[in-house]
Amino acid sequence: MEQTQRYNARLLAMEIAALLLALLFLVPFYFVVVNSLKSFGDLMRNAAGWPEAFRWDNYSKVWEIMKFPRAFMNSLLITVLSNAGLVLISAMAAYRILRRPTVFNRVLFVLFIAAMVIPFQSIMIPLVKVASEVGLMDSRFGLIICYFGFGVSLNLFLYHGFMKSIPLEIEEAAVVDGCTPYGVFWRIVFPLLKPMTITILILNSLWIWNDFLLPLLVLHSADIRTIPLQTYSFFGQYTKQWDLALAGLVLGVAPMVAFFLLMQKHIIAGISAGAVKG
Amino acid sequence: MQHRMKRLSDAVQQLVFVGPALLFFCLIVLVPFLMSFYYSLTDWNGVTTRVVWAGLSNFKRILLEDSEFRNAFWFTARYTLAAVVFANAVGFTLALLLTQPLKTRNVLRTVFFLPNVIAGLLLGFIWSFIFVKGFAAIGEWTGIGFFKLPWLGTASTAFWGMVIVSVWQMAGYLMVIYIAAMMNMPRELIEAAKIDGAGRWKMLRSIIVPLVMPAFTVCLFLTLSWSFKVFDLNLSLTKGGPFGSTESVALNIYKEAFQNNRYGLGTAKSLIFFVVVATVTTLQVIYTKRKEVEV
Repeated sequence: MEQTQRYNARLLAMEIAALLLALLFLVPFYFVVVNSLKSFGDLMRNAAGWPEAFRWDNYSKVWEIMKFPRAFMNSLLITVLSNAGLVLISAMAAYRILRRPTVFNRVLFVLFIAAMVIPFQSIMIPLVKVASEVGLMDSRFGLIICYFGFGVSLNLFLYHGFMKSIPLEIEEAAVVDGCTPYGVFWRIVFPLLKPMTITILILNSLWIWNDFLLPLLVLHSADIRTIPLQTYSFFGQYTKQWDLALAGLVLGVAPMVAFFLLMQKHIIAGISAGAVKG
Repeated sequence: MQHRMKRLSDAVQQLVFVGPALLFFCLIVLVPFLMSFYYSLTDWNGVTTRVVWAGLSNFKRILLEDSEFRNAFWFTARYTLAAVVFANAVGFTLALLLTQPLKTRNVLRTVFFLPNVIAGLLLGFIWSFIFVKGFAAIGEWTGIGFFKLPWLGTASTAFWGMVIVSVWQMAGYLMVIYIAAMMNMPRELIEAAKIDGAGRWKMLRSIIVPLVMPAFTVCLFLTLSWSFKVFDLNLSLTKGGPFGSTESVALNIYKEAFQNNRYGLGTAKSLIFFVVVATVTTLQVIYTKRKEVEV
């Protein structure tokens, strides 16, 4: 319906309105970035204007205090390994449940789906007990295991829906050619799942990288903190020192913004795909 | 013999393919969830191993005596209503705008989506600065009263502060879903409606809204469950203040369990929370699903 319309005054007005709205959306970023480069006095005198002098050393100070590289590596490790494990276990389980719809598997599927309505807060208190009993507390590995449990429902559901469109004939042909069931999955089915795998990786990454409450409950030692946890504890110490606090915020936000700008096509496509199926 | 081998290999496959997913799911989700039914009936403090049966006294206490929990529920309900309505209204409007042939629509889409990739905890900190220092500076500069309000200082402005930040965060995500639905609308229907002389308002109400109803189902579900469970943003923006007036249920449960060490009471609260969230979201999905039309 769109291409037939010519660019006219009405569209121009819309464009201007949308651009103004976009500026409004960006104002908070302006405030945070500009003020993170000011001295404390400058910031208190004029929070809206341009810095009198650029204080880049706010960043080098915060980089040291927050031990930013360490927090970044912790976040990266946890996000990557949780993603890898989740893709693996949920693709395999979804495949089996779809291709062998025994009573057990069908009940299992319903159970996985039904669990999605349970809010995290309704599980977290006993989870802390279970996690400490099986040795998952205060360990990045333990946190990753927790993500396996919390992510598997949605991932399995998305894979299950997507697999229905894969024709059975391809798999049958592979079996005739002497492929084992494991080979069929790995060499034939899993590569065909790639579009859904990308969607799942994106949804999981946004969730795990930005998650706060679960890491807060599981990780206690300072040297294994993720970026949100580290920012939280940093903020607790530098509440009123906005010059440093804001530089810390910019550092905390930067990796995800960079990731989004690089991957935005995939991210936006992934969210549309995930929502249609969900 | 061959038959038995086949059955064995089938069992091994079941174990290899489904086993890991089932194991982690049971350990992390199912077992703790079932345990919470038991612990909600005890006075467990999380520290000692001695757990004393308390019957329904936790529930009685929550429903009859705990005014903080009631306030938290009331706040969360009002906040959820406002956040869901405004976020969807803004997201839908943005989608309508960005499905027009605008020259800058790719840039615009990026900008509107941007807040959503940032952790809720960091967003709260960012906006606490905006509300305290940024708005004050704009207020001084422009003289507009709106910016001079003590945003995080009073109960009602802090409430709207939470809503503003949530809308800013969620609208872009919803916009993406609405855009996807609008792009999938069958062209013939739109053209036919145009030929029949449908005006813009009529077009929106009788064609576009019914056609994107599945997107409404998804977006309402997402915003309802995000808003009900709000925690990170609440903690970093208002900490529940001033005077507990903006404390969400999630924050209340967290404090009860991990700060007051009343795990038994906390689990009872979390079960009530589960029943409410599950009921509301299920009813919403059933209701909006019924409104979806077949094309």
